[in-house]
Amino acid sequence: MPPMNPGQGGMNRGGRFAEKVKPKDMKRAIKRLLSYVGEDKAKVFLAIACVLISAGANLAGTYMLRPIINNLGEDGDAAQKIRGLLIGLLVMALIYATGVAATFIQSRTMIRVSQNTLKRIRDDLFAKLQRLTVRYYDTNSAGDIMSRFTNDVDNIGQMFDSTVLQMFSGSLTLIGSLTLMFITNVPLALVTLVLTPLMAKVGATIAQHTRKYFRLQQENLGAVNGYIEETITGQKVVKVFNHEEKVSSEFGVLNKNLRDVQARANFLGGIMGPCMNAMSQVSYTITAFIGAMLVFFTRLGTIGVAGFAALDVGGLTVFVNYSKQFSRPINEIANQVNVIMSALAGAERVFSVMDEEPEDINDTNKVRLENIKGDVVLDNVTFGYVSGKTILKNISIHAKPGQKIALVGSTGAGKTTITNLLTRFYDVGEGKITIDGIDIRDIERSSLRENIAMVLQDTHLFTGTVMENIRYGRLDADDNEVRSAAITSSAHMFIKNMPDGYDTMLTGDGANLSQGQRQLLNIARAALSKAPILILDEATSSVDTRTEQHINRGMDALMENRTTFVIAHRLSTIRNADAIMVLENGEIIERGTHEELLAMKGRYFELYTGIKELD
Amino acid sequence: MLCRVKPGRAVKGSDRVKKYLGFIKPYILYFILGPLLMLTEVAGEIVLPRLMGEMVDNGIGTGGAQGLGAGYIAGHALMMFGFIIIMITGGIGGHYFSIKAAVNFSSDLRKAVFDKVQTFSFKNIDDFSTGSLVTRLTNDITQIMNITRMALIMAVRAPGMLIGGVIMACSINPRLAMILLVMIPLLGIAIFGLLRTSLPRFTLMQEKLDGLNARTQENITNVRVIKSFVRDKLEIKRFNEASCELRDATFSAMKIVVCTMPVMTLAMNIATLVTLWRGGNIVIAGDMGVGSLSAIIQYITQILGSLMMVSMMIISSSRAVASLKRISEVLDTEVDLTDENAKYKDRHVTEGRIEFRNVYFKYYENRDDYVLSDISFTAEPGQVIGIVGVTGSGKSSLVQLIPRLYDVLKGEVLVDGINVKDYGIKNLREGVSMVLQKNVLFSGTIEENLRWGDENASMEEIRSAAEAAQADGFVSSFINGYEMELGQGGVNVSGGQKQRLCIARALLKKPRILILDDSTSAVDTATEARIRSAFRTALKDTTKIIIAQRISSVIDADKILVMNDGRIVGEGTHSELIKSNKEYQEIYYSQADKEKEVS
Repeated sequence: MPPMNPGQGGMNRGGRFAEKVKPKDMKRAIKRLLSYVGEDKAKVFLAIACVLISAGANLAGTYMLRPIINNLGEDGDAAQKIRGLLIGLLVMALIYATGVAATFIQSRTMIRVSQNTLKRIRDDLFAKLQRLTVRYYDTNSAGDIMSRFTNDVDNIGQMFDSTVLQMFSGSLTLIGSLTLMFITNVPLALVTLVLTPLMAKVGATIAQHTRKYFRLQQENLGAVNGYIEETITGQKVVKVFNHEEKVSSEFGVLNKNLRDVQARANFLGGIMGPCMNAMSQVSYTITAFIGAMLVFFTRLGTIGVAGFAALDVGGLTVFVNYSKQFSRPINEIANQVNVIMSALAGAERVFSVMDEEPEDINDTNKVRLENIKGDVVLDNVTFGYVSGKTILKNISIHAKPGQKIALVGSTGAGKTTITNLLTRFYDVGEGKITIDGIDIRDIERSSLRENIAMVLQDTHLFTGTVMENIRYGRLDADDNEVRSAAITSSAHMFIKNMPDGYDTMLTGDGANLSQGQRQLLNIARAALSKAPILILDEATSSVDTRTEQHINRGMDALMENRTTFVIAHRLSTIRNADAIMVLENGEIIERGTHEELLAMKGRYFELYTGIKELD
Repeated sequence: MLCRVKPGRAVKGSDRVKKYLGFIKPYILYFILGPLLMLTEVAGEIVLPRLMGEMVDNGIGTGGAQGLGAGYIAGHALMMFGFIIIMITGGIGGHYFSIKAAVNFSSDLRKAVFDKVQTFSFKNIDDFSTGSLVTRLTNDITQIMNITRMALIMAVRAPGMLIGGVIMACSINPRLAMILLVMIPLLGIAIFGLLRTSLPRFTLMQEKLDGLNARTQENITNVRVIKSFVRDKLEIKRFNEASCELRDATFSAMKIVVCTMPVMTLAMNIATLVTLWRGGNIVIAGDMGVGSLSAIIQYITQILGSLMMVSMMIISSSRAVASLKRISEVLDTEVDLTDENAKYKDRHVTEGRIEFRNVYFKYYENRDDYVLSDISFTAEPGQVIGIVGVTGSGKSSLVQLIPRLYDVLKGEVLVDGINVKDYGIKNLREGVSMVLQKNVLFSGTIEENLRWGDENASMEEIRSAAEAAQADGFVSSFINGYEMELGQGGVNVSGGQKQRLCIARALLKKPRILILDDSTSAVDTATEARIRSAFRTALKDTTKIIIAQRISSVIDADKILVMNDGRIVGEGTHSELIKSNKEYQEIYYSQADKEKEVS
C-alpha cells in the first residue's frame, strides 16, 4: 500500500490537486493573455470608461452629503433650506443614476469580454491538443493535461470576470477618497493616513500565515483526494483482498491530518474578516472622535473658521463615510493579487502547452498520396523512445501490396513500436520507411494516416451512438455501409440486441460494453475505412475464439487487397500470413511462413508448441 | 449494465435530518457557540452608528444649540472602543467555533461516506459508477464544508443585522424607518426573481461545461484513434460548436447575476434619497438632529448589505442541498450483501470444496433473462476446474458467486459444505483468492502491492509467489527491483507484467481456492504454461478455477465446464469433451484446426 507520509504520498497520488504556483514571467503572460482579448478591445475600453464613471459617481455621491447635511445643520430660513435640500438631492439622484448605469454596463460588457476570451483560449488550446505529438501524450499524464484545460482556464476566467476591474476601481476609489479626505479636512486625513499602513500591516501578517497553512491544506487535500480516487477506482480489488479495514484506517489518518490543517488554515483565513472589520471600526471611531472634537471647537470659535483644521458637521459625516470605505479597497486589492497570481500561473501552464512543438510543423510542401498500391518497406530501421535505449535494431521488412505480415514476439519485443513508426506517431532513428517507394517523412502526415487503417490494442470509444462510433472510420459512409461493416466484424449481432440498436448511446468510453464488444466495434470502424494499408494490433485479444472465427471470414474480406500488419498473441490468428516475423529484444530473429518457421524448430516452434506442450 | 438502477432509496425526511444530527451532535457546542458569538459583531455594528449619531447631535449640538462638549464626545468614543473590543473578541471566537464545527463535521462525513463505500457490495459499486463516488467524496464534501462554515457565520449575523438595523432605525425615528418596510420586501422580491431566473441557467451552464470537459478528456485518451483516422478537423469543429454553446450558456446565466449588484445599489440609493428628503424636512422642522439622520442612512446601508448576504447564502445553499443529496444517496444506500445472518461466522475455509446447487443469478432483479440458469457442479479440493465459453456466456458471473461478490437469486453455493451466506464475509474471502478480469495495482512499491495478499509475508515468501507467477524475472530486472514505485494503476508496467503481478498478489494469500478470471490474456503462451506448471507444484492442495479464452490454458484441468448463454452445456475432461461436446469441439477447432492441418 502507498506510503503513509502524507506529504510524499500526497504529491504522488494527487497530482491533479497540486497547488498553484507563481508565474515565472508575468509580463509575458499578461501580454499574451491580452492578445486573446483581440477584437473585444473596444469593449474593454468601454468597461474601463464605465469603471471610471462609477468610481467617480460613488465618490461624488458620498461627497454630496456634505452640502446637504450642512444645509440642514446651519441656521437659516426653512423654505430656503428645503429648496437647498431639493436641489442637493436632485444632483445626488443624477450622480447615483449615472453610477448605477455605468456599473451595469461595465459588468455586462466584461462578462461578454471574458466569455469570448475564454472561448478563444479554449478553442486554441483544443486545436493545439490535436496537433501535439503522440510522444507528448505518452510522457504527460492525461490528468495533468486535463487540469490545464479545466482549472487553469477557470482561473483565467475568474480574473477576467471581476478581478482586473475590481482592482482598477479599488485603486481609483482609494486615490479619490484620499484626495477628497484631504480636501475636507487635513488633520483628519493625516490620521487616516497613519492608521492605514497599520491596518495593511495587520492584514499582511495574517495573510502570510494563512498562505502557509493554505499551502499545507492543499497538500493534504491532494493526498486525501488522490487516495480516494485510487481506492474507489480499485474498490473491487479492495473487497476481494479483505482490505476494507486497512484502507479505512489509512484513510482515517490522512483525513485527520487534513482536518487539523484545514481547521487552522480556515481559521486564519476566517479571522481576516473580523480583524479588518474591527480595524476599520477603530479607524472610524478615532476619526469620529477627533472629527467631533474639531467640529465642536470650530463652533466654539477656538479654531478659526478659515483654519485648515476647521470642520463642519456635513464634512464630518462625509469623512466618516470615506474612512469606513477606505479599508475596503485595500482588502480587495490584497485579495485580488492572489487571484491574479494564480490566474497568471495558470495562463503560463496553458501557454506552455501551446508552445509545444506541433507534429506537423514541417508538413508543408510534402507529398500527398494518391491511389497508392501499398508497397511498404522498412529499411534497416533502428529506433528508441529515449536516446541511448534502443527498442528496434536494424529491422527490415518488405510488405508487397496486398500481403499479410504478422509480427510475433513476447511483451516488450517491439511489435507495437513498429506500428507507431508506420503511422509516424514517432519517427525512425536510423534507416527509413517507404510506401510505394516514397520515404514516409516526405509524405504529408494527414495523407499518410488517411491511407492506413488501424485497430489498436487499447480500445477507446467516443460518447455518441454506436452508428457514430463506427462511422468514425469513414465520415461519408451511409447507414447501410456502416451496418455491413458491423456485419463484417461480427459486431452486428450484439448491436442488434442493444436497447436502441445502432442508435444506442455509448457513454464513458463505452463503459457498458465488454472489452470484446469494444474490440468488435473498433474492427468495424476500420472495416469501414477504405485505406489500402491495415494495421491490427492485438485486435481480437479479448474476443473469444469462436467469435473470432466468425470474424475471420469477415477479416479475410477486410484484408483482401490491403497490405496488412497483424500483431497477435494468439498464434492461430496469424497462421495464414504471407510472412511471419518473430521479434525478440527489438530484432527479427526468425522470418518466414508458418510452415517454414515450424520446420526451423526455433523460437517460433517453441512459442507455438507452448500451446500444445500439454497435449 | 445498460440501464443503471437509480441508486439510493427514498428515505423519510425526518430520518435524513436525524442522520445529519448524528454528525452534528459531537460538535454541538461549536455549532451553537459559533453563530452565537457572531451576535457580538452584530451588536457592535448596530450600536456604533447610533453612538456616533448621539456624539454629533448631543456632543456638538445641532441647529445652533451648544452641545455637551468634549467630555461627552470622549466618553462616547470610549464606549465605541469598548464595543469594538467586544466585537473583535466575539468575531474571532465566532469564526473559531464555526470553522471547528464545519471542518469536524465535514471530516466526519467524509470518513463516514468512505467507510460506507467500503461496506458496499459489488452491486452497490456498479449502481453508482466509481467516477461519481469519487466526485461525491471530494467535491461534494468540500462544497458542504465551505457552505456549512459560511452558513454558521452568516446564519445569525445576516438576519441579526437586518432585524437590529430595522429596530434601531425605528427607535431613532419610526416615521423615517417606514421607508425600509417598503424597500425590504420589494428588494426581496427582486432578488428572488433574479435568483429564480438564473438558477436553471446555471444548471444548463454546468451541463455544457461537463459535456465540454468530457469531450476533451475523450480526445486525450483517444489521441491515437483521432490521429490515425485524421479526424482532427472534425474534432475541432465539434469542439468549437460545444464551446460556443458553453459561452452563450454562461453569458445567459451571468447576465442575470450581474444585475443583482446594480439593483441592490439602486435600491440603496433610492432609499437614501427618500430618507434624506423626508428626514431633511423633519430636521428642518427641528424634530430631529442631523446626526440621527446620518445614523439612519448608515443603517439603511447595513440592512441592504445584509440582504445581499442572505441572497448569497440562498445561492450557495441551493448548491449545498444538491451536494447533501448526493452524499445522502451514498449513506442511505442499503448494502444488499452482509454477513449479519451468517450461521457460522467464525468458520474458515479449510479444504476448498466447492459445490453449486441449481444456481440462478441475474444482476438486476427486474430483468427477465437470467445471467446464470440452473448451474450445478462440484469441485473437489486440489482440483483444477477450467471454464470456457463465448463472451457473455456467464463465466465471470459464475465465479464471482464463490467469494460472494454477488448473491445468488435461487439455489445455493457451498464451500466446504457450508452455504457461502453462512460464512463471515471476511473469512470466506480470506480463503478464496480471486484475480479479477479488470484488475488494478495501486501506487506504492511492487513489494507493497504484493503485500496486499499477506501483510506479514517474509521477503522469501514474496519472492516465491512472484516466481510462481513468473514475475520475479522481470521485477528483478528493474533497477530498484521490488522497491520500484508503481504509478497510479500500475501505469509503468506492461499489461502482461501487470497481470503477473496481480497473480502473485493473489498467490500470497495462500488461499484454499484460487480463481483466475481470464487473468493471463496479455501473457504469452510460453510464460502462461510456466505459470500453470508452477501452480501444479506450489499450489497442489488449492482448488483452482481458471477461466480462459485459450483451450490450452485449461486442457489439463481435472474438469472443464463449457458455458453457453448462462448454462453449463458440457462438463468433463478435455478428452471426454472433445469426443462428445459440440460447443467444446467448436471452440477447440477454432483454435487448433489449422494447426492440425500442418502437423
